[in-house]
Amino acid sequence: MTAFLSLEGVGKHFGGVYALHAVNFEVHAGEVHALVGENGAGKSTLMKIIAGNHQPDAGLMRQHGTPVRFRSPREALGQGVALIHQETALVPDLTVAENVMLCQLPGLIRWAGMFERARSLIQSLGFEIDPTALVSTLSAAQRQVVEIAKALSLDVKLLVLDEPTASLAPSDAERLLGIVRALRERGVGIVYISHRLDEVFSIADRITVLKDGSVVDTVTPDSLTMDGLIRLMVGRPLDALFPRRENVAIGEVVLDVEGLRRRGAVHGASLQVRAGEVVGLGGLIGSGRSELVRLIFGADRADGGTVRVKGKNVTPKNSGQAVRAGIGLVPEDRKGQGAVLSMSIRINSTMARLADVSHWFGGLRLAHEKRTVADLMARLRIKARDMHADVSTLSGGNQQKVVLAKWFHAQGQVIILDEPTRGVDVGAKVEIYTLINDLAAQGMAVLVVSSDHNELIGLCDRILVMGSGHVRGELRCADYSEENIVSMSLGLDLAAPAASLHAN
Amino acid sequence: MAGQQAPAKTPTGRGAWNAAVRYNTVLILVVLLVAASFVSPDFMTAPNMSNVARQIVSVGIMSMGMLLVVLTGGIDLSVGSVAALASVTTALLIPDYGLATAISCGLLTGVVCGAICGTLVSQYRLSSFVVTLAMMTVARGMALIVSKGAPAMIDDAGQSLLDFGRDTWWVFPQPTVLMLVIFGLGSLFLALTRAGRIVRAIGSNEEAVRLSGVPVGRHVMLAYVVSGLLAAVAGIISTARAGVGAPTIGTGDELTVIAAVVIGGASLAGGRGTVLNTLVGVVTLGVIGNIMNLASVPGYHQQVVMGIIIIVAILAQRGTGGLRGK
Repeated sequence: MTAFLSLEGVGKHFGGVYALHAVNFEVHAGEVHALVGENGAGKSTLMKIIAGNHQPDAGLMRQHGTPVRFRSPREALGQGVALIHQETALVPDLTVAENVMLCQLPGLIRWAGMFERARSLIQSLGFEIDPTALVSTLSAAQRQVVEIAKALSLDVKLLVLDEPTASLAPSDAERLLGIVRALRERGVGIVYISHRLDEVFSIADRITVLKDGSVVDTVTPDSLTMDGLIRLMVGRPLDALFPRRENVAIGEVVLDVEGLRRRGAVHGASLQVRAGEVVGLGGLIGSGRSELVRLIFGADRADGGTVRVKGKNVTPKNSGQAVRAGIGLVPEDRKGQGAVLSMSIRINSTMARLADVSHWFGGLRLAHEKRTVADLMARLRIKARDMHADVSTLSGGNQQKVVLAKWFHAQGQVIILDEPTRGVDVGAKVEIYTLINDLAAQGMAVLVVSSDHNELIGLCDRILVMGSGHVRGELRCADYSEENIVSMSLGLDLAAPAASLHAN
Repeated sequence: MAGQQAPAKTPTGRGAWNAAVRYNTVLILVVLLVAASFVSPDFMTAPNMSNVARQIVSVGIMSMGMLLVVLTGGIDLSVGSVAALASVTTALLIPDYGLATAISCGLLTGVVCGAICGTLVSQYRLSSFVVTLAMMTVARGMALIVSKGAPAMIDDAGQSLLDFGRDTWWVFPQPTVLMLVIFGLGSLFLALTRAGRIVRAIGSNEEAVRLSGVPVGRHVMLAYVVSGLLAAVAGIISTARAGVGAPTIGTGDELTVIAAVVIGGASLAGGRGTVLNTLVGVVTLGVIGNIMNLASVPGYHQQVVMGIIIIVAILAQRGTGGLRGK
């Protein structure tokens, strides 16, 4: 059987840098072919070549065995190849139906027919979304569905999905995988790109591993373990992912949160973190984790409750007060809230403690700042051309390290990290974990919010589970499992102490 | 295409190309100056140059303040009206209170107007466009009220102000020197001070700055206050040049000022823009106006031509700037 689309020896370089080198890759109709690799491995370049955004410099692309060239995304679409981006490319202020039919809107719109067509396309995916609703009112999962329906409106034969579940809650992600399976049944070929390896294992027929622009191997999921796949991706085993922590002396209580609340989000949450301790904050999405840490940091105003740092009441009214009290936050949304992308590493990394790099009259001590930033970059191993490079030019992992550098420089007593490794490749994850351990070893109190269970288990001394705005309980790492979190987060076991959970 | 050719060039060729891209606003101005000297033999003469240098002062000074506001991601439509209010305030107070007090009060009106706009934008989260649009009509109305709609003559007590408007230091008109000093200070402020850096960062990503514990509101406020203050300075200088404080001073100037800042490459979305380029934008607009006067283009036609040239200048600048990204 000839493949629907096959790439033979495809290469692509940007300037002097090879993004892809002699890559062979093929997708059959009715196959889910997963593409994995660290950030910068060449996944997105390969994806863009398939979808016609880039043209290869070398090699050949064949469709059903005949050589083809896609000079633009439009030509690729014409041949039935569609790309669905990680951040959806929908028009928020148009209706669902208009978005679904966007590529083929007639000059004069017959609304009834269009709504009907959109509804049936969405229903064929097993979803129920009102075609007259505005896209801006939809959830992230619904938007993905609309995006897929839009591709299907064009009779697509090959769908490239780039991290489709990255912004979805686990239950929605599961439904989306259901759609992918249904599309496979219909004979659509699928290229599936994801950092979530458990997903890849559950859905892929074949997995191609890219590293440094070349194909390492193409394997079937039953031929190897998760551990084996990670080794292929990074050349190191899974247990090396979480660096061993030296025996850090756990000290006195540094962060003491009591009865913090905010209407509609957090209803009286209390927790304590000691010096040198890494505490995880788990729970389902929407359980109030991010909202709670934003209250602790003063990013949102609390309606009541107190925050103490080393016994002193510091309940912050704004982030400035929190920073002065020694609290730092690495926010969930790195690009929107963590870093000023269009400014340099240097400017970003001293932002939280500008007093250290300026004179009493407000003039900047540029030479001192240069030395400070050079130190930080060496210490955090930030890879960049130099400290004047814009943060937007860095990889996700290095961007996150710049945000961390800011709090290393601020030298506070508490650091809160909200999804610190989201969208970061495996190699950089390890480095970020090491840095988090460093912060704890310096005697800081560390609070980590994460949806990645392995991350919480591997990183934390203990894990607090949140559910509907309360801290429901605490789990030791040995007792930590997805079932325990879900039941605890939902409050199924409220009466029973945490100890009874590990009897199950 | 050009983007692909660039790496193939020799290192020096590439350097020249990069320099051209980097200083594209300057390049546009140079082209304009050369063109101007062909259009009219009178252009490159000392009296004409001196004339241009005087004419651009008031727009120039306002542009410096506007740049700060634009860097924070805002806009200040009130500058022309605030200039008028400061102008009549100063002129009316000179006879009874003397020059120093009058000028101080004039400057103070600018600061107050800026502070009001700044408070509404930073504390009440209103859109800068709406707030400063309101201030534009309020300040103009106030100027008309206090002056009863008539220009206020400056009497002998204000003689040194009038002198300042006319005199030169060597060949440079004194107001022009003041404008250059203000641009110099603005440049130092943005490059070398903590507050200047924060102002730039706010326009790039306000939320990230806020979540670094930086008091964002105070710095947004600062930008509007400086803009109001510099608008007042511009108004007082116009008064010095005209010899009267007029409530009609600066009508429509807000748009010229915004055009100058944008021609200088600043992004109205905030975060991007430099002092030097803003000055170049101011001079560019001044030169265009001057050429048209020398070529005796009728006034109504000038407005049309000016608008077209603004768009062309911005496109030319974007054209070269855009290639950098490819």
